[in-house]
Order: sequence, then structure tokens, then C-alpha cells
Amino acid sequence: MPEQAPGCGKPTGAVIGEKVVQKPKEDEMATVRVGGKAPDFEAPAYHKGKFINVKLSDSFGKWILLCFYPGDFTFV
Amino acid sequence: MEVFAVSVDSKFVHKIWDEEELSKMTKSGIPFPMISDGAGNIGKVYGVYDEAAGVNIRGRFIIDPDGIVQAMEVLTPPVGRKITETIRQVHAFQHVRAANGAEACPAGWEPGQPTLKIGPDLVGKVWKVWKPTE
Repeated sequence: MPEQAPGCGKPTGAVIGEKVVQKPKEDEMATVRVGGKAPDFEAPAYHKGKFINVKLSDSFGKWILLCFYPGDFTFV
Repeated sequence: MEVFAVSVDSKFVHKIWDEEELSKMTKSGIPFPMISDGAGNIGKVYGVYDEAAGVNIRGRFIIDPDGIVQAMEVLTPPVGRKITETIRQVHAFQHVRAANGAEACPAGWEPGQPTLKIGPDLVGKVWKVWKPTE
């Protein structure tokens, strides 16, 4: 996996609920399919007035709704 | 339930969007974390990053307590989602999980309606217990 710029969201290469033993190569990264485990990631976020760091696997054991959207200040 | 929104915008832009616009469209701003996926790395593993446009398209994933992706919905940018359908699906998945495989939620099912009890007695008899058009 190439070096990430600091502060960038990055997949951990693992799926949530399981530990990564070795850092996988990019073509071995977990990808998503229904019925499969959700790829884990860490990323910076804004939450109610604060800047935080989110790690998806910290929510393991709960129901999670993950919503992507094209951009802030767009119209839909 | 944990909710996360993700776009390629920075956390700084998320803050200003929430303060300047979203807090005026909702009761008290966005209650869940707004994640910054600047390089689209998260979108790529979820299959929703549009390389040409440099953005994540509208992908929505329901993940259960075991980390299994139970549902996904992906839309191109000009059409928005309807949250009531997402909530219906979450209720349905929570119901079948609690029933441990013994029940299923048929087409059009809403919380409170009967579910299908899976077994040999139901084969060919679904019409007796479920009419999706009613």
C-alpha cells in the first residue's frame, strides 16, 4: 500500500471484528459484498463541534449505518 | 445504532457545512460523525469511489453486530435516498437476526406485520399468509 498523507482516511486492510496479522498488499485488501465482513478503516471526522478519529471496528458489536455521499454543500 | 457519513471533504469543511447549512435544516445539526475520506481510500474498498469525478457516490451499507454487511444501496449523485426505507430494512434485519433464521420478512414487509415462518409447511402456501399488494 502506498504511503498515506497524514490525516487521510485509510482502510486498515482488515475486516471488522478480526485482527490483522500482517499488513496486506493493496490487491489483497478487503472489499465489500453483501454477506461478507465490512472492511475496517480509520479516518478523521467532525462530530458535534469536535474533531475526532473514527475506527469502524470500535463499533463492532453494534448495528452500523455507513453512508457515503458526493460532497458537502452540494444539493441533494 | 451507530451512523457515519463519509465524503471526500475535509473535517473542516464538514464543520462549516454543519454549522452554516445542515443545522438550519435539522433540529440541532448532524448528530453522528462526518468522516473525511480525502483520497477516497475508504470509498475504494467499499466500491463507491468515482475516480473520474474524485468523489464517493451515494453508497449506503447496513452492517450487523458481527460486522457482516447485510445490505447495500448505491445511487449516482442526482437522486437522493429515502431514510424511511433504510430504517425499514434495519428493522427487518434486526427482526430476522433475533429470530435466528426461523423467520423471514417478505417483500413489502413493515414492522408489526406478520413474518414468514420458514419450513416445509409454507412451501407453495405463502399466498395464504402474505399478500404484498394489501
